[in-house]
Amino acid sequence: MGTGHAHPLHLPGSSPVHRLPAEVKIVAAVAVVLCVVATPREAFAVFGGFLLLLAAVWAVARIPPGWIARRALIEAPFVVLAVLLPITGGAPYVEWPHVGQLGLTLSEPGLLGAWNILVKGTLGVLTSLTLAATTPLRDLLLGLQRLHAPALVVTIATLMLRYVDVIAGEARRMRMARISRGHDPRFLWQAGATARGVGSLFIRSYERGERVHLAMLSRGWTGRMPQLSQQRTSRRQWLAGLSPVAVALALAATGWVLA
Amino acid sequence: MNSADMNTAPDRTASPVAPTPPPSLQVRGLAFAYPDGHQALYGIDLTVRRGERVALLGPNGAGKTTLVLHLNGILTPGRGSVAVGGLPVERQHLREIRRRVGIVFQDPDDQLFLPTVGEDVAFGPANFGVSGADLDARVEAALDAVGMREHRDRSPLHLSGGQRRRVALATVLSCEPEILVLDEPSTHLDPVARRELAEMLLGLEPTMLMVTHDLPYALQLCPRSVVLDDGVVVADGPTRELLADTELLRRHRLELPYGFSP
Repeated sequence: MGTGHAHPLHLPGSSPVHRLPAEVKIVAAVAVVLCVVATPREAFAVFGGFLLLLAAVWAVARIPPGWIARRALIEAPFVVLAVLLPITGGAPYVEWPHVGQLGLTLSEPGLLGAWNILVKGTLGVLTSLTLAATTPLRDLLLGLQRLHAPALVVTIATLMLRYVDVIAGEARRMRMARISRGHDPRFLWQAGATARGVGSLFIRSYERGERVHLAMLSRGWTGRMPQLSQQRTSRRQWLAGLSPVAVALALAATGWVLA
Repeated sequence: MNSADMNTAPDRTASPVAPTPPPSLQVRGLAFAYPDGHQALYGIDLTVRRGERVALLGPNGAGKTTLVLHLNGILTPGRGSVAVGGLPVERQHLREIRRRVGIVFQDPDDQLFLPTVGEDVAFGPANFGVSGADLDARVEAALDAVGMREHRDRSPLHLSGGQRRRVALATVLSCEPEILVLDEPSTHLDPVARRELAEMLLGLEPTMLMVTHDLPYALQLCPRSVVLDDGVVVADGPTRELLADTELLRRHRLELPYGFSP
């Protein structure tokens, strides 16, 4: 079941990965990320193995690597922190090869720390993107529900999925109405109207929340979402979905042996 | 003797001359003040018989919405009582009451909160304990009734205003209500969507209470109208007669559109 227009992080398809039940993919993705995090940072080659593993999943799911790479730019702001570490880290130091008169003294633990953040962060983002690319949002909710995530969390996530676009639309209309009346916020001291707009958007959303709640109560809501689907997940599906996890476990173990 | 008695007893209830069913809606002396002290309703009496279509007319702030929220127990009356199909609106019957009273709210975006149309239509009956194939059949039937079956797997976000309104109606029809309560059903609809909705509503079975300012719509859909103003019922009668009473309309800030005469 699709939700009509897809989310930008979702790549519709019908590959075996797409067809796996969401809860299997959620468990697999979390397990792979745990394996990545548990691998010692000095086992450089093993991280290449993880990347190959993900590439294999992309091949099966027919996701072009470029498509994933563009979306992985989400990570960019966090990279800044990693770049700072080699400069601000402590002894021992290593000398960056001299280019003319310019030399750079970098901290060795800082470099290792930066590598650690960068490689594990990137692999984590790539794994999450793979999950998002092959699973529509509503299936993710279904998966969470089947994994017995707290009902409140599932309810909130469901409502967010539905209303984030409604609220964005409302914000867009309010902005257009402001601009149509000659508002042209280019400088900080002109931001007052925008700020008040955000305030009134908050009130409107709050009031909408109350109306939605009333409408839900009117249809017999008791605080629990009804089970959204009756389908059962077979053992075969679990086995298929968890096979990459076995590879990841083997890779993490190799990492420990190597280190 | 005994066996004959036992045979006739069920027959009597099943025969067409059985005692008339309780009214779909019975409101008696309903008064309500909001916690801030604002008195919204001053003793409302209203009976809607089974199968009737009644328009509830009144200016802004007349207490129409307050009355509607009493019908399924979201607000609790300060004084007076409400009964739906003979069942009093009380805490211990709330679940059944909310199944019997299907409220379609003014803004479909408030009503449709799930990712797909089908799930939203299934939400009500699932809450009332319907599941499996029965639930599926309910959803299909409700979507068929509003002509939205092929949109079952779409997100409400990508539907037009008229379509959303129809889906909102389906989410309530799937609960198989005793009485359908529509809050301003014609707002924000273009003339075609408005007419299509009217045609669809005329084809529906349940008893209907339609809250509206849209007087021509009331005339088209509801043979009987009730005018509410300042928390009291000020008129109750055939819609055409009420709309012809210009003095009554003027007194209660109701107005027919330009060029319209009932």
